[in-house]
Amino acid sequence: MRATAADRAQTTTNPYVISAVAWLVPGAGHLWLGRTQKGLIFLVTLPLMFATGLWLEGRLFPFQASEPLVALAAFADIGIGIPYVLAKALRLGNGNVVAATYEYANAFIIVAGLLNMLVALDAFDIAQGRK
Amino acid sequence: MTSHFALMLLFAAFVSIVFAALMRDDPREQLALGGRMFGAFVGAGVVLGWLLFPLPF
Repeated sequence: MRATAADRAQTTTNPYVISAVAWLVPGAGHLWLGRTQKGLIFLVTLPLMFATGLWLEGRLFPFQASEPLVALAAFADIGIGIPYVLAKALRLGNGNVVAATYEYANAFIIVAGLLNMLVALDAFDIAQGRK
Repeated sequence: MTSHFALMLLFAAFVSIVFAALMRDDPREQLALGGRMFGAFVGAGVVLGWLLFPLPF
């Protein structure tokens, strides 16, 4: 039986490298492993969710050791990978506390990051041959 | 776009799409699971909204 692109990737690539790439670029790990349909879904959906959060005037939280919940939100924000770095570079995500959409926007940004972490873990499992 | 309901629909759609793609491999199964999950999110949101409606705070 011929090996699929996914099988070949599983035998030749370090799962840690794949999950790091999957974290940096949403969906890239699945695309690398030959799971094109899933990879494209993540590549479109997760950055779009993150961008929607920024558009709705959400905030990219800073790391503050004195505020554990803010630090946790910052950790979740960073889960989206390169889009987070781009948003920071473009000075987006300052947040508008008085906007009606502020809390929703934060939910979009935080959940996009957390979902991308799940996607990166899924890519790790696939690379290890567990799925 | 400031409608709470529209934002809830959008949020439910994003989360359902990602979870369905993560949990199922076949596109038809993904569609079925995503649809069920979306319905459950929206239904739970509406039910919880009405349950909280009488509370004074």
